[in-house]
Amino acid sequence: MPEAAEPPLGDAGPGPDEPPIRAVLAKLGLDGHDRGIKVVARMLRDAGMEVIYLGLRQTTDSIVAAVEQEDADVIGLSMHNAGHLTLGPAMLAALGEAGLDVPVVVGGIVPEPDRLELERAGVAAVLGPGASTEEVVATVRGVVLGR
Amino acid sequence: MAFETMSGVPVDPVYGGPPYPGQYPFTRGIYESMYRSRLWTMRLFAGFGTAEDTNARFKELMRAGGTGLSTAFDMPTLMGRDSDSPWALGEVGRAGVAVDTLADMEDLFAGIDLAKVSTSMTINGPAAILLAMYVAVAEGGGAARRDLAGTIQNDILKEYQAQKEYIYPPRPSMRLVTDVVRFTTAEMPRWHPVSISGYHIREAGSTAAQELAFTLANGFAYVEAALAAGEDIDSFGRRLSFFFNSHIDFFEEIGKFRAARRIWARWMKQRYGATDERAMMCRFHTQTAGVSLTASQPEINIVRVATQALAAALGGTQSLHTDAYDEALALPSAKAARIALRTQQIVAHETGVANVADPLGGSPYVEWMTDEMERRAEEVFARLDEMGRGSILEGVYAGIENGYFVGEIADAAYRFEREVNAGRRVVVGVNRFADGDDDTAPNLLRIEQDTEDYQLKRLDAVKRSRSSEQVDAALARVAGAAADGNANLMPEIIDAVRAYATEEEISGAMASVFGTYTEKVIV
Repeated sequence: MPEAAEPPLGDAGPGPDEPPIRAVLAKLGLDGHDRGIKVVARMLRDAGMEVIYLGLRQTTDSIVAAVEQEDADVIGLSMHNAGHLTLGPAMLAALGEAGLDVPVVVGGIVPEPDRLELERAGVAAVLGPGASTEEVVATVRGVVLGR
Repeated sequence: MAFETMSGVPVDPVYGGPPYPGQYPFTRGIYESMYRSRLWTMRLFAGFGTAEDTNARFKELMRAGGTGLSTAFDMPTLMGRDSDSPWALGEVGRAGVAVDTLADMEDLFAGIDLAKVSTSMTINGPAAILLAMYVAVAEGGGAARRDLAGTIQNDILKEYQAQKEYIYPPRPSMRLVTDVVRFTTAEMPRWHPVSISGYHIREAGSTAAQELAFTLANGFAYVEAALAAGEDIDSFGRRLSFFFNSHIDFFEEIGKFRAARRIWARWMKQRYGATDERAMMCRFHTQTAGVSLTASQPEINIVRVATQALAAALGGTQSLHTDAYDEALALPSAKAARIALRTQQIVAHETGVANVADPLGGSPYVEWMTDEMERRAEEVFARLDEMGRGSILEGVYAGIENGYFVGEIADAAYRFEREVNAGRRVVVGVNRFADGDDDTAPNLLRIEQDTEDYQLKRLDAVKRSRSSEQVDAALARVAGAAADGNANLMPEIIDAVRAYATEEEISGAMASVFGTYTEKVIV
């Protein structure tokens, strides 16, 4: 029996024939807390994904445009200002109007009842403070490959 | 009052040799007897929902023994936007109180004698507008502006570096900051016109030494800007204050606080020529590290906060905000805010640490850490000085433009995250000792949608009842003053808020001259 050449990459890396996942990350709205999203951008990039970080003060329109232009597989939104219950569904509605079926992952300070509400509204996953690199990478990969 | 231990052992005000607390370079504290003569101000940051909601929380905190007010504004207010702006959607009253016009500010401070309290307002891009509203409310209530005590954060430089709540480009923003410094120096002698803040730099991910270095460098930049505007360093220097983070690495924090005082005193005296010792004193507010709080097992955050509060007290802070244990989950609930206040009351009144000034002074480790923090900060100053060709102000502008600050901060944040992830750094309840999180969420504060509805109606009513001719004329004068580099914007802004011009209208009048700023995206 031949020896296994390398340990499996697990959930983090792309498979041999798989193109890398393309993730568009953005801060939607006025919230300027960008520590988390920048850390997540590096985590995903180090896990082999292509990360397009749009920066601060994005609108649903600017994100839709970027998703179309970049042919993104997933959208990551970061929200620390308790606006998630308005802005999360607004993002989903804008994607729907544009005819885009791209999963949205929300990260930030999201209380448990709000997490459930966002997931019911169609947000693919919510990542809270304390999420490890493995959890972030696996979640993003899971929502993309789960489609 | 006798100063003795629990067992009745009398203690002196200070131990060790000179330089003593209250003596240049103030490493050991800015006052001779420190907390014996006056405890730190227990200032809890509060703001949510409508102005009336926050007014009620202010009164609750004062009744519970708080000794100063501190206002958190919502995101639209922080960004110079009104509640009816499309940008404000979903954010009205969520993470702070919504203020659109003078009418909201009147509600916010209703029933509070502004000549008697000291008020801190955490706002930066539109700081001049909110300060103008505060002056107008106080004068409307019969207080004189010379009697108003407090602080407006007004620290725009760290916005480009860390917190990202800027409106205009750096240079016109600095002119606005300088206008506020000049106005308060002339007319509001008890007011601190800039609170030079490392807190947000640290929360954004910097190390303690970077927090120290970037913050003091920003301070030097404000000093250079005010000197260039012809102000006297001994006059405005006394009114500058600082705001630091107290994180969890206990001795590093204490060393940082002590180094901050020594560096500031030396630079103010030696580089900028201050002669009045009060202009050399680094006075600072401290807040415990929100970013150190965990969402899992939130109650254990009370212990983190207590430890950080103790470091701040041992570091000689002038005022302190202790974080509520539920802040990694939501805005602080009333109960969590009360526990946070009780935490610092225990440090102040039960532990005895307030009986002796700089009780750790002379400890080999603490003195070494103080020196080491200073050495690391001086390396950064040398680099900025070089980037600015002999001007720290120009060096800071350059560092903003070339991404030096955001890059350094993001690198440090990512390094920390990797250490936690690899288990090299223990975070109790997260990567070690994680069992026992029973998932019963504490009672969290929730801001309901009706806050936004109420605020929109209120804004609409104010807009209907004011004179639009008066507003237009006032806004034109604001724009005129913005275009005139020799004018001070403050008097015109005060006139505009009195005419019930909205924050966004005034901010827009300035943006029509100054332009707006968008940062380069750097990951």
